[in-house]
Amino acid sequence: MIFHPLGKYILLLKAAFRRPEKWNIYRKEIMHEMVSIGVGSLGIIAIISLFLGAVTTVQTAFQLVSDFIPKSVIGMILRDSSVLELSPTISSIVLAGKVGSSISSQIGTMRVTEQIDALEIMGINSPGYLILPKIIAAVTMIPLLVIISIGLTIFGGYIAGTASGALTAQEFTTGITSDFNSFTLTVSMVKAVVFAFLITTISAYQGFYTSGGALEVGQSSTKAVVISCIAILFSDYVIAQLML
Amino acid sequence: MIEVKNIHKTFGENHVLQGISAEFYEGKCNLIIGGSGSGKTTLLKCMIGLHQPEEGSVIYDGRDFTRMNFESRIEIRTEIGMLFQGSALFDSMSVEDNIMFPLNMFTHQSHKEKLERVNFCLERVNLAGKNKLFPAELSGGMKKRVGIARAIAMNPKYLFVDEPNSGLDPKTALVIDELIQELTLEYGSTTVVVTHDMNSVMGIGENIIFLYEGKKWWEGSKEQITETDNKELNDFVFASKFMQALKK
Repeated sequence: MIFHPLGKYILLLKAAFRRPEKWNIYRKEIMHEMVSIGVGSLGIIAIISLFLGAVTTVQTAFQLVSDFIPKSVIGMILRDSSVLELSPTISSIVLAGKVGSSISSQIGTMRVTEQIDALEIMGINSPGYLILPKIIAAVTMIPLLVIISIGLTIFGGYIAGTASGALTAQEFTTGITSDFNSFTLTVSMVKAVVFAFLITTISAYQGFYTSGGALEVGQSSTKAVVISCIAILFSDYVIAQLML
Repeated sequence: MIEVKNIHKTFGENHVLQGISAEFYEGKCNLIIGGSGSGKTTLLKCMIGLHQPEEGSVIYDGRDFTRMNFESRIEIRTEIGMLFQGSALFDSMSVEDNIMFPLNMFTHQSHKEKLERVNFCLERVNLAGKNKLFPAELSGGMKKRVGIARAIAMNPKYLFVDEPNSGLDPKTALVIDELIQELTLEYGSTTVVVTHDMNSVMGIGENIIFLYEGKKWWEGSKEQITETDNKELNDFVFASKFMQALKK
C-alpha cells in the first residue's frame, strides 16, 4: 500500500533533479521562490519564535522552585531547547502549514487546469521546472529562518524573563552563554535542511498528482500538511537518535 | 504527416481506445469527432504523449514517438503547438510572458527578437497591445486566442487543438475556427482538432475521423459526412434540431 506512492515519489524526485533546460530561467525561479518562502515567512516565524521563547522562560521559571538551582539555568534550558527542538521543529511544522499548503495548492491547481500538461507539451521537464527551484529555495531559506528563530526565541525569553522578574538580565546572559555545545547548532541545521526537503517534496508530490477539481486541490493541500508534519516529527526522532 | 497505428488504451477495466489507426495530413485541418466518452481526447493525449498507449504507435513524419525516451521526445515536442480546452495559460504570467515562455526555454534569441515574435503572434490573433494583461483579465475567447498565439510562437509543424469552441458564443467560435484554418494554411502544419461542434465540422473539416465506443467508425470529408448511411454517424451529426432541419 505504501510502496506504490513511495515509488511514485522517488520517480518524481528523480525527474525533478534532471538537468534543467536553461539554468538562467531556473535561477530566476529559485530567486522568486526564495523571496516567497524566506521573506514571505519571516513575519509568522518572528511572531511564533518570540512567544515560544517567552512561554518557555515563564514555564521553566515556574517549575524551578528549588533554591539549590541557580536561575541562570532557565537561560541555559531555553537556549538548548530553542536550538535543538523549538526553532527547527516548531518552525518547520508552521512552515509545513504555510509553505507546504501553498506549494501543494499551486501545483495542484496547475495540474487540474492543464498548465502542467502545457509545460510537458512544450518539451519542458515539468517536475524539474516546478519542483527543483522550490527545493533549492527551501533548503537554503528554511535554515536561515531557523537561525533567525533561535535568536528571536532567546530574545523573547529574555524580555519575558526580565519583565516578569523570573530572573535578572545578568542571570539570563550567564545562562545562555555558559556550557554552550556548538554541535547542537549543527544538529539544528541538519534538522532544518531535512525538514525543508521533506516539506517541499511531499507537498509538491501531493500537488503534482492531484486529479479532479477544486475539491481535490483542497484535499491534496490538507494531505500535504498532515503528511509533512508526520514526516517532520518522525525524522526529528531519527536525527536526534542518530546524532545525539 | 502523423500516423496513428493500432492504438489501445485502457483505464482500469475501461478499454477506451480499441485499436485505432488513422492518418493526419500535412497542411490540412484533421478533425477527430465523436460523442462524449468516445475516446477523442484520450486519442489526442496518446498522440502528444500525455498518455502512454498500451499498444500501437504514433509516428511523426517517420519518427516513432511512442518508442522514444524523454530526451528524444523533446525534439518533436518543440515542433508541437497545442491549444487546450481551457486554454491552460500560466496564471502567474502576463500574456507577453505566456507567449514568450517557449521562446525563453528553447531559443537563444535576444529579448528584442523574442518581443518582436510575441507582438507578431498577438497581431496574428487580433490581440495587438494586450501584452501586459494577465489571464484573469481576459474573456474566454481572448484566452483561446492567446493560447493559439502561444501555440504558434515556435512555428509549429504540428498543431493540436482540443475542443476550441467549448464555452464560446457562435460568433467567437467562428473566429477561432477561421483562425485555425488560416494558420494551418499559413504554416502548412498538420493540424489535429478534437471537437463535437458540428459548426466546426462543417466549417473546417477537411479530413474527419469519427470515433464511436473507442473505435474508428468512419473517415471522410465534410462534403461526405452528410451523405453517409452510417447510422451512428448520422445519429451524431443530425442530433440537433438545426441539423435535422438542414437535412430536410
